[in-house]
Amino acid sequence: MSEMRQITYRDAVREAMVEEMRRDESVYFMGEDIGAYCGAFGVSKNMLEEFGPERIRETPISETAFMGAGVGSAITGMRPIVELMFSDFMAVCYDQIINQAAKMHFMFAGKVNVPMVIRTPSGGGTGAAAQHSQSLEQMYLHVPGLKVVVPSTPYDAKGLLKASIRDNNTVVFLEQKRLYKEKGMVPDEDYTIPLGVADVKREGTDVSIITYGRMVQMSLKVAEQLAEEGINVEVLDLRTLSPLDKDAIIATAKKTHRVVIVHEAVQFGGFGGEIAATITDSDAFYYLDAPIKRVGALYCPIPFNPVLEAETFPTPAKIEAAVRDVL
Amino acid sequence: MGEIKDKSLLENKEFLQELMVRMMTVNKFEEQAFWLFGQGLVHGTMHLSIGEEATGVGTTAALTKEDYMLATHRGHGQALGKGVDLNSMMAEILARATGTNHGKGGSMHICDFDNGILGANGIVGANGPIACGAALTIKMKKIPNRVCAAFFGDGASNEGAILESMNLAAAWDLPVMFILTNNTYGMSTPLDRVVKNKDLKQRAAAFGFKAYECDGNDVLAVYETVKEAREYVVAGNGPVLVVEHTYRTSGHSKSDGNLYRTKEEIKYWADRNPIIRFRQFLTENNIFTNEEIDAMQAGADKAIADAIEYAKAQPQPEVADLEADVYAE
Repeated sequence: MSEMRQITYRDAVREAMVEEMRRDESVYFMGEDIGAYCGAFGVSKNMLEEFGPERIRETPISETAFMGAGVGSAITGMRPIVELMFSDFMAVCYDQIINQAAKMHFMFAGKVNVPMVIRTPSGGGTGAAAQHSQSLEQMYLHVPGLKVVVPSTPYDAKGLLKASIRDNNTVVFLEQKRLYKEKGMVPDEDYTIPLGVADVKREGTDVSIITYGRMVQMSLKVAEQLAEEGINVEVLDLRTLSPLDKDAIIATAKKTHRVVIVHEAVQFGGFGGEIAATITDSDAFYYLDAPIKRVGALYCPIPFNPVLEAETFPTPAKIEAAVRDVL
Repeated sequence: MGEIKDKSLLENKEFLQELMVRMMTVNKFEEQAFWLFGQGLVHGTMHLSIGEEATGVGTTAALTKEDYMLATHRGHGQALGKGVDLNSMMAEILARATGTNHGKGGSMHICDFDNGILGANGIVGANGPIACGAALTIKMKKIPNRVCAAFFGDGASNEGAILESMNLAAAWDLPVMFILTNNTYGMSTPLDRVVKNKDLKQRAAAFGFKAYECDGNDVLAVYETVKEAREYVVAGNGPVLVVEHTYRTSGHSKSDGNLYRTKEEIKYWADRNPIIRFRQFLTENNIFTNEEIDAMQAGADKAIADAIEYAKAQPQPEVADLEADVYAE
């Protein structure tokens, strides 16, 4: 039996990288200030000491160049992990992700793979304002060929990152910066979590909250509160947004007949629409006893003021209201 | 034609013939591909490099089969020079299932990983960063005697991707050869309208690495320059920039009405195209007779005619396979 330990989300990410780099020499890690500084969020602590500057490769502030270098090395036999300091910065290297990494396998007739992981801190709640707080998963999800992973716990973060590093596709791994310090139980032994498999984080019978990332923890807290009133909420954590576990979405909708979708990203044009359509396009539609409700961020850039910022995102009160709405 | 540094090249008739046949093949390939367009047998668009044959052929002749190479959207000559199978490439132009990209890529995305061709790219300047990555693989895996050559044009030279990757390649001493084909126009825009400093080789100095420059319509000058530059790179000196000056006599793409330049200008360059100049060189130096060169042309013409026949007979891709290869296994 393996030992379970309590470690942080940040440590879980680092352990996944370290273990995969020990296991496979073609895995290397590249990004801005990931060496002595250990990355803007301190994820890569002690990695430079263990692996040296060749494999812990610090880059100039040239996101296009190093994202493209990730692509070029991936198609010639390496397995890069590329850290983008903030997910918002994808806007300065979009071409290499969207037009290059995502398309090569298809465009080149399956003759080449792009086994690259783009690790990037995503989301708000840190007072970093409009250009360092966004949840931009939808920008990746709309491009066929990318896989998109959003872990919500240390256990998931480690298992999903190890699976992502071993995957032969480009995986966008959206770490939740507000979760880096959160702790959870993680086993000692090597394990992976397959991409494309959702996880029921809380069983329930009355209503389903379908969510991912930071909103999983918030939804679980709301579920606990409502349980005191006898309202039994199921919380489905999608974990991987692409490929999407449609079966799990349909199953939970059929089980509880009532669905609330929660994500931190802007609600308008957000992934919630796709989740809702997954239900309404299937026979789960006939099981619904109420309209599907979505709770996402307001349609505005993320403001600096802490009160305004908090109100931009879903809050426990907003989630609770949506649940009561569908009951 | 300029002075030849390595005089022994003049004795190597086989190699000289190979250069000529490749240029003729590229030229005929494009001429016929464009003709097939007119016949409605090719759809989409394509970008011809007629007039620039010496750059693709001369450059790739100085690379090894194992060297990595990234071609541009105007890359037929680059790919054919590097060794892609003529029939498979023509089948791709005709969007057939047996084309280099199984009909899913087309003219702008020809690839051949067995010959080091990491794909032609439809995004101007995107080759630079990818080349850094391929060169990083060479460096990290300590692969001896290998480079990654990235073709791009004068237009792409103003892309941030190129400038960022020049700096990255220099900072990391990567074996990248930045091959700048200056074909005088970025689509319709002449260089002097979009830069203050027209001396593009100075870009390398700004990033701390060495630049080479040559007459891009002189196939031997291109070959010798790239060969010398390659030796410098494989010796571990980091990246180089090679600026090859040429002129695109064909339009930018099939939509080009040539409204931005005169017929006289095009004719001036057409009369000085690299195939005509190489023919003069070969005959004046008594290396080949005009009759022998005509025979080379006939051979190239036949190879292209055969490739078209082959391609036309190839099957269309199956609609059932449309969504295959979105993800790798």
